Amino acid sequence: MALEGEKKRWPATAVLSATTRRGALARLGRLLIAAVAVGAALADYGRRGRALAATAIRPPGALPEPKFLAACVRCGLCVRDCPYDTLRLAEMGEPVPVGTPFFLARDIPCEMCEDIPCVKACPTGALDPALTDIKAADMGLAVFVGVDRCYSFNGIGACRACFIACPVKGEAITMELLVKDGRSVFLPTVHAEACTGCGKCEKDCITEEASIKVLPRRLAQTDTGLAGRYG
Amino acid sequence: MDKIVPAPFGKWLILRRACQFGILALFLASPWLGVWLLKGNLASSLVLERLPLTDPFIALQSFAAGHDLAATAVLGALIVAGFYLLVGGRAYCAWVCPINPVTDAAAALRRAFGLRATWKLRRQTRYWIAAAMVMVSAVTGTIAWEVINPITMLHRGLVFGLGAAWVLVLAVFLFDLFVAKHGWCGHLCPVGAFYGALGSVSFVRVSATRRDACTRCGDCFHICPEPQVINPALYGAASGISPVITDRDCINCGRCLDVCGEDVFQFTTRFGASHALRPKQKNERANLK
Repeated sequence: MALEGEKKRWPATAVLSATTRRGALARLGRLLIAAVAVGAALADYGRRGRALAATAIRPPGALPEPKFLAACVRCGLCVRDCPYDTLRLAEMGEPVPVGTPFFLARDIPCEMCEDIPCVKACPTGALDPALTDIKAADMGLAVFVGVDRCYSFNGIGACRACFIACPVKGEAITMELLVKDGRSVFLPTVHAEACTGCGKCEKDCITEEASIKVLPRRLAQTDTGLAGRYG
Repeated sequence: MDKIVPAPFGKWLILRRACQFGILALFLASPWLGVWLLKGNLASSLVLERLPLTDPFIALQSFAAGHDLAATAVLGALIVAGFYLLVGGRAYCAWVCPINPVTDAAAALRRAFGLRATWKLRRQTRYWIAAAMVMVSAVTGTIAWEVINPITMLHRGLVFGLGAAWVLVLAVFLFDLFVAKHGWCGHLCPVGAFYGALGSVSFVRVSATRRDACTRCGDCFHICPEPQVINPALYGAASGISPVITDRDCINCGRCLDVCGEDVFQFTTRFGASHALRPKQKNERANLK
C-alpha cells in the first residue's frame, strides 16, 4: 500500500474518494447528524457546566459570572498567588464550572489583602485589574440567616463574632439594638453597600451552621432598584 | 508487512518523554521547592515569575467569546504561537501535551495486540471541530472547549487536583484503543488541529533526507501517528516533491527517526530541501561530466 505513492493524502482519503456520490451524500448526512448530536450534547453539558453553587464565591474583582466564563482560562495563577490558600480550582464533579477559581467562606474566607495579589496574578483580566481598593471588592453579600439560631439575636449570649470578624469594621456589619419578646437583643445587620463578601463573618460565626452567610449578590440582592426607590 | 515487531526505544522517544514529564515535574515541584520555575498550568502560566505563556487556542476562544484579553495573556499567546511557529506547530502535541503518553500507550497496545482500526474517521474532522469551538465560544460567550478539554483537565488535575477528570482521560484511552486508531489526537482534538494550522508554516520539520536509502520496509508508516504525512516526502522524488514533510498534521515526534533502520529521516528546517539535496546535485553534475 505504501508503494502507490502519487496521491498526496495516504491512504484514508484515497480509499474514501473512491466511493460513489450517493455514498458521499450518505456519509455527509451521517456526519451532519453526528455533528448536531455532539453539538447539542456539548451545549447541554456546557449549560449545566455553567451552574455555580450558591456557596461558591468568586475571587475579588471577578467579572460578572457570564463574562467571567468568557475571560477565565482556568490557569490557577490567582490560586497560586493567594497567600492564605483561600482560593482553589474547581475539580470535575464539583458544582462549580470545572477549573475555575472559587472559595468557600466557611472553610477559608478572603483575608482582603491590600495589594490584592490574586487580581494582579490574573493574566486575562477575568479578575478586573481596575479593582485597586480591596474595600471596593464585591465577591458577594453577607446575609443574616440566623433568625432562630443566632446567639445574639435570640438573647442567648452577647456574641458579636461576626461584627468583630468584619474587616470593614463598623460599616459592613453593625449590631442593631431591638426589642424581641420583651428583651433587648442585638441583630447583626449587614449594610450591602459596604460589604465586600469576604466571608470572615461566616467563618467566625459560632453556631454549628453559620447564622450569617455570604451569597453571590445575584442571589442575595436581587432588586437594588426597589431599595433605591423606597430607601 | 504484517509481521509485528516491537518498536525500538529510540533517542527521540526518550527525549520526548523526558520533555513531557519534565514540564509536568516543573509545575509540580515548584510549590515544594519554593521556587516558581513554572506557575499556573498549560492554559496560562508564568516562567520564573516573569515570562507569561498562554495557550493561543484558549486565548482565541476567549476573544471569540467576547472578552478583551488583558495584555499579559495576549503577550503570552503570541510568545507561545511564535515558539511553535519555530519548532513545529504540533510539536506541542508530541513534546508537551499530557494526553500524548495516554494515546501513545493506546497505540502501542494496538500494535502489540494487532488490533485493527474499527472506526474510520476523517483526519480533517479535527479542523472542523476547532472551527466549531471558536464559533460555539462566540455564540455561548464561554471558552467552549475548556468545558471538556481532556488536555487541560488532566494537566490541571495533576497540578491542582483531579476530581473526576480521570474519567475523561480513561475515555480518551479506551476510544483510541478500541474505537478508532489514533482516534483522539489524529482525528478529533481541536487543540492539535489549531497547532497544526500553525504548523503549516512552521520552521523545524522532519525530512526524508536520505530517501534513496529507503527499503520500503514500512516501519515508519507502522509507528507514525499521522502516516499520511510521510508518503509524499518519502516517495515523491519522481514527482519532484521535496523530501521535507511539510504536512501540518506531522507532530515532529521523531519516531520515524527512531525506527528507520536506514536513517532516512532527520530534523531539518522547512527549507532543508535544497540544503539536503546539494551533495546529490553535485554528484549528478559529476556524473554528467
